[in-house]
Amino acid sequence: MSVYKPSAAQETGTSRRRAALLAGCAATVLFTVTACGSGGGTTGTTTKDGFAQAAQNDGALTVWVDATRMDAAKQYQALHPGVKMDIVSYDGDANGSNYLQTKVQLFNRTGKGWPDVVFSSQNNEASWAVDAGFAAPLNKGLIPDATLGGFAKGANDVCTVDGTMYCLRNDLSQAVLWYNAPLLKKFGYTVPTTWEEYQALGEKVAKEHPGYLVGDAGDSFTPEIYLWASKCGANHITGPKSVSVNTTSEACTKMAKLLDVLIKDKSMSISGVFSTDFAKNEADKVLLMPGPAWYGGAVFKDGLKTPAKQIAVAPIPQWQGDTSPSTGNVGGGTWLLSKHSTHIKAATDFLKWVTTDNAYQGEKAPGFPAYAPAAENWLKAQAASGYFAGDLTALKDASSQVWSDWGSGQFSQEAIWAATVKPGLTQGKTIESLLPGWQDSIAKYAKADGYKVSQ
Amino acid sequence: MTLTPSSAGSVRGRPRGTSRQSRAGVAFVAGYVLLLVAFGVLPTCYAIYFAFTNAGGAFTGFSNFVTTAQDFRFVDSLGHVALYLVFWLLSLVVFVVVLALLLHKLSSGPVSQALRFLYYVPGALAGAASVLVWLFMLDPTVSPVSSLLETLGFHTFGEVIAPGNLALLFTIIAFWTGAGGWIVVMYGALNNIPKDVMEAARIDGANGWQTAWRVQIPMLRKWIVYMVILAFAGGAQLFVEPQLLSLASTGVAGRDYSLNQLTYDFAFQMNNINGAAAVSVELLVVSVSVAGVFVARSGFFDAD
Repeated sequence: MSVYKPSAAQETGTSRRRAALLAGCAATVLFTVTACGSGGGTTGTTTKDGFAQAAQNDGALTVWVDATRMDAAKQYQALHPGVKMDIVSYDGDANGSNYLQTKVQLFNRTGKGWPDVVFSSQNNEASWAVDAGFAAPLNKGLIPDATLGGFAKGANDVCTVDGTMYCLRNDLSQAVLWYNAPLLKKFGYTVPTTWEEYQALGEKVAKEHPGYLVGDAGDSFTPEIYLWASKCGANHITGPKSVSVNTTSEACTKMAKLLDVLIKDKSMSISGVFSTDFAKNEADKVLLMPGPAWYGGAVFKDGLKTPAKQIAVAPIPQWQGDTSPSTGNVGGGTWLLSKHSTHIKAATDFLKWVTTDNAYQGEKAPGFPAYAPAAENWLKAQAASGYFAGDLTALKDASSQVWSDWGSGQFSQEAIWAATVKPGLTQGKTIESLLPGWQDSIAKYAKADGYKVSQ
Repeated sequence: MTLTPSSAGSVRGRPRGTSRQSRAGVAFVAGYVLLLVAFGVLPTCYAIYFAFTNAGGAFTGFSNFVTTAQDFRFVDSLGHVALYLVFWLLSLVVFVVVLALLLHKLSSGPVSQALRFLYYVPGALAGAASVLVWLFMLDPTVSPVSSLLETLGFHTFGEVIAPGNLALLFTIIAFWTGAGGWIVVMYGALNNIPKDVMEAARIDGANGWQTAWRVQIPMLRKWIVYMVILAFAGGAQLFVEPQLLSLASTGVAGRDYSLNQLTYDFAFQMNNINGAAAVSVELLVVSVSVAGVFVARSGFFDAD
């Protein structure tokens, strides 16, 4: 049939295609380069409230919350139908996920996308969010001093860097001693007030009612309940980038020994209160449980489904002869406002409402509010709800007894404990024997994050 | 239809039919090249640029490589990934080849079809989803094979994910997710071995074992090399399995386990994108070198 004949049209067609292809590639390159280059446009900023604010507009207010705080955002939207809101659910940085930090670093690169207000279940966000240029200063004009003064003493310490406040605390997480009141009565025990009594009771429970628990030491925040309360100097943040770590002092070892005895006796579980194992096998075996304020709602009421009128609160035990009561603290969420926000007025209104208003904090919030007037209201609301046996004054007292020499650095203490101590514990090693390794690990992580470490 | 290449045609070496085909070929390749440039070449160049500069964009030589190698987690992660690669590649080569040979032996009956489908199913799950399946499998409290775990002496999730078990666990997960596809590929390759070769082997009195060892496996060599190259590159980038395990175990196991997780930490936790890029470039160099060695030694691109 036909014979091949090279045609000029064919030839130019090919080269045209090639040219088009090249142009396409070049366009892709250019597009990529300009997209990256145009980031972080700082045109039209005005300095107000202590930072350079972007040009404001009336677009939707973007709020990032975790599943638990979703209710707060939705309630605000319902009460303020005029506010355009874009509510985004994320993991709340629970379990040291670093999601927020990761995203902010990416947004910093692309120059857009930051949420206006964000909730985090971690209380050490300020330690990086300030360096990353994300968190806006709040005590330089945005939030009135009168409002800031209403927060519980020390509540916003974790938000303060060099005297400037960069976040507002959502809830306090002071540790207390939770207990099952009817069960304790049935067994004929009394609530221990010293750690010595606590240990003796634990050993007694192991003999008289094997299977029942006086606590759990299996969570990544175990050191924040027991060792913090015992004034163990594992995490003393002494400056913006310096930390002192000593996990082998007597304050640490005597608590570690106590835990080791009870773990050996099996009256202290090492499953962790959120493990499937605990929920399945140990939910109805809890006699005593040292734990933070939010255990009441998150663990007993919602997690383990303990019936009403059983769970009560007592102050966390103290060491015999210790004159100043001290307790630990597990987290306590924070709210941050973005420096890059283009709706600062709406963002500030939301931030103020969500941290201080009785409609949410005073009534609906699952944890102990950091804002003192709301906390008063919250205690009344809890008493009225009738879930707890007895009053919750121990929670209020503990809110001002958190030992202040345990800081919140950029490195996650919980992650370090989980990776260095927990596996050993599972293999049957004692906590006391793991303390030096724990110190070593804290020091390494702190140094990697640029901290000056003294041991 | 007859094709008589003219002198012009033969000089250009391009009969018309081939030209139409090559036009289609160019179109197909162009799409690929575009994506390769956008998502492969450009990011790689970007990473190399980052690896040799600091946050301000100034050239810093190898300092990013030195600082990251001095991080206290670097050597551990390197060891973890190396151990994992040994387990993963060995299990992949041995089991994929054996299973493909068995599958081929069954020939194309309904059993074989059902098995091929079964092998492939896990591969259809997206990476993260299949890891989540395993998080349930490995927790004795909720696992459908809890009795097996109990028999092996594991009573809690914590015991299963003890640090010493991780390389093996990740291998099992990766094998379950990724091997099925390769078994089907190998099966296809086995079917491509000419019938007369197999018949000649049979006539010469080779038994099943000898046929497999002396005929089929040597003829599968290039496919095996291809699989090893891709599996090595994928395995060296181990990330999803340890990362998800770390979240599921609230940090007890799998945090900073692999080099890729370390780059993630460098980039987002320590705000050191340049250090992260340096480790990525190291991974790239290692993967490309290994691929190079395998290609060169196996005559991968030699025409048959």
